[in-house]
Amino acid sequence: MVSLTRRVIPPDFVCEKSVNDKSMAIMTGTIILSAQSLGKKFNRRTILDNISFYLSAPSSLALTGKNGSGKSTLCKMIAGILEPSAGSVSIRWEGQIGSAAQCIGLVAPYLNLYDEFTAAENIRFLSRIRSRMPNEKRFRILMEQVDLWKRRDDEVGTFSSGMKQKLKYVFALVHEPPVLVLDEPTSNLDDDGVRFVGNVVEDQKRNGLLVVATNDADESSWCSEQIHLGEHEL
Amino acid sequence: MIVQTFAIASKDLRSELRTRYAVNALLMFVVTSVATILFALREDRVSTDVLSGMYWVVVFFSGTAGLSRIFVGEEERGTALTLRLIASSSAVYFGKLLFNCLQTILLVLAATVLYLIAFPEFVIRSAALFAATVFLGSLGFAAAATIIAAIVAKAQAKGTLYTVLSFPILAPLLLTVIQTTAMALDGAEFSAALGQFQILFGYICAVVGLSFILFDYIWKD
Repeated sequence: MVSLTRRVIPPDFVCEKSVNDKSMAIMTGTIILSAQSLGKKFNRRTILDNISFYLSAPSSLALTGKNGSGKSTLCKMIAGILEPSAGSVSIRWEGQIGSAAQCIGLVAPYLNLYDEFTAAENIRFLSRIRSRMPNEKRFRILMEQVDLWKRRDDEVGTFSSGMKQKLKYVFALVHEPPVLVLDEPTSNLDDDGVRFVGNVVEDQKRNGLLVVATNDADESSWCSEQIHLGEHEL
Repeated sequence: MIVQTFAIASKDLRSELRTRYAVNALLMFVVTSVATILFALREDRVSTDVLSGMYWVVVFFSGTAGLSRIFVGEEERGTALTLRLIASSSAVYFGKLLFNCLQTILLVLAATVLYLIAFPEFVIRSAALFAATVFLGSLGFAAAATIIAAIVAKAQAKGTLYTVLSFPILAPLLLTVIQTTAMALDGAEFSAALGQFQILFGYICAVVGLSFILFDYIWKD
């Protein structure tokens, strides 16, 4: 176990946490998330530049910064759904290179489920595509925790935005990912939902890696490490 | 990857059965265009060359109405990122290709039935030749439509871009299938069209191969 210290890292930072434990972590079969010199440009506009960090489980990282500072862009690149313009992100799980599909659970406003399918169908179909059929018991427990079990056979199109956000948590957690990425984790959620997220966060911090992108000071305080993303010149 | 491919095609099929967006668009376009041709021709008798040309024109424009939805729908609903998170690019490509093949085969079946009913001159004298032509033509059409749909889904002018992009890519396929369909209507021997089948087979291999290489860049852009 590595003792973590909270620190705020300026733009163009390098966050090398527990570097000395790197080889040990791989040998003991833990999860490691690392980024090397990450950069992203949209046309000529630089969103992120020279971002590097290294995290091994159990650990948590908050991504903070103004609107447009690149928090969501960095989340997408960590999750493997956006290609960086420069640098790379890698996940090592059990000493091997892990695929984002198997290792990462992502909850984000831009990640939608299928409105025409029921909640249960969404989880079943998406798990089949992920090649990891859901553990029915875990699915039921998660659905009960977010108070959606009775609505499991209703089409997602009939759900409120808060219910959809809760279902995204079920989708992200049902395959027990070692890395959990939360972008705006409590948006649209009621008090019960926020409490559920709090429990998820505590559990993930104990057993895996957690990355949270937020502007909320309370949410960023969940994490032991923090990266404050700055603005870049055009 | 094979499991993922079939899971994606199965998901699209179930989605289509529930919403019936693309199937309705395809079938309505086929019915409307065949009816329009029927009204225009009235009592005129047309050659098999013209009939086979009109048959594939109907298929081409009907496909424009429905096949591009395969990726546009994912982008518009915001589910493309979800797919990108959980599936490999190659599984997405082949899953979408498989579903587009099913849709295209349904489209040509509907067009064939309507043509047989509406046009007395549309008589299939060489059934094997006709079946092989529409099957290979459907696969080639679906292969081209899938990669064009992936490109179009990333663009702003989604409606018009599909037709503009697809015509030059589909032109070699259309020329070949129109010619071979006319031969089938004329009752030519199967062996007489082997050259055309080689072209169709080569076209399918080339389009699928290039699409497979390009798709990763398009999908993750």
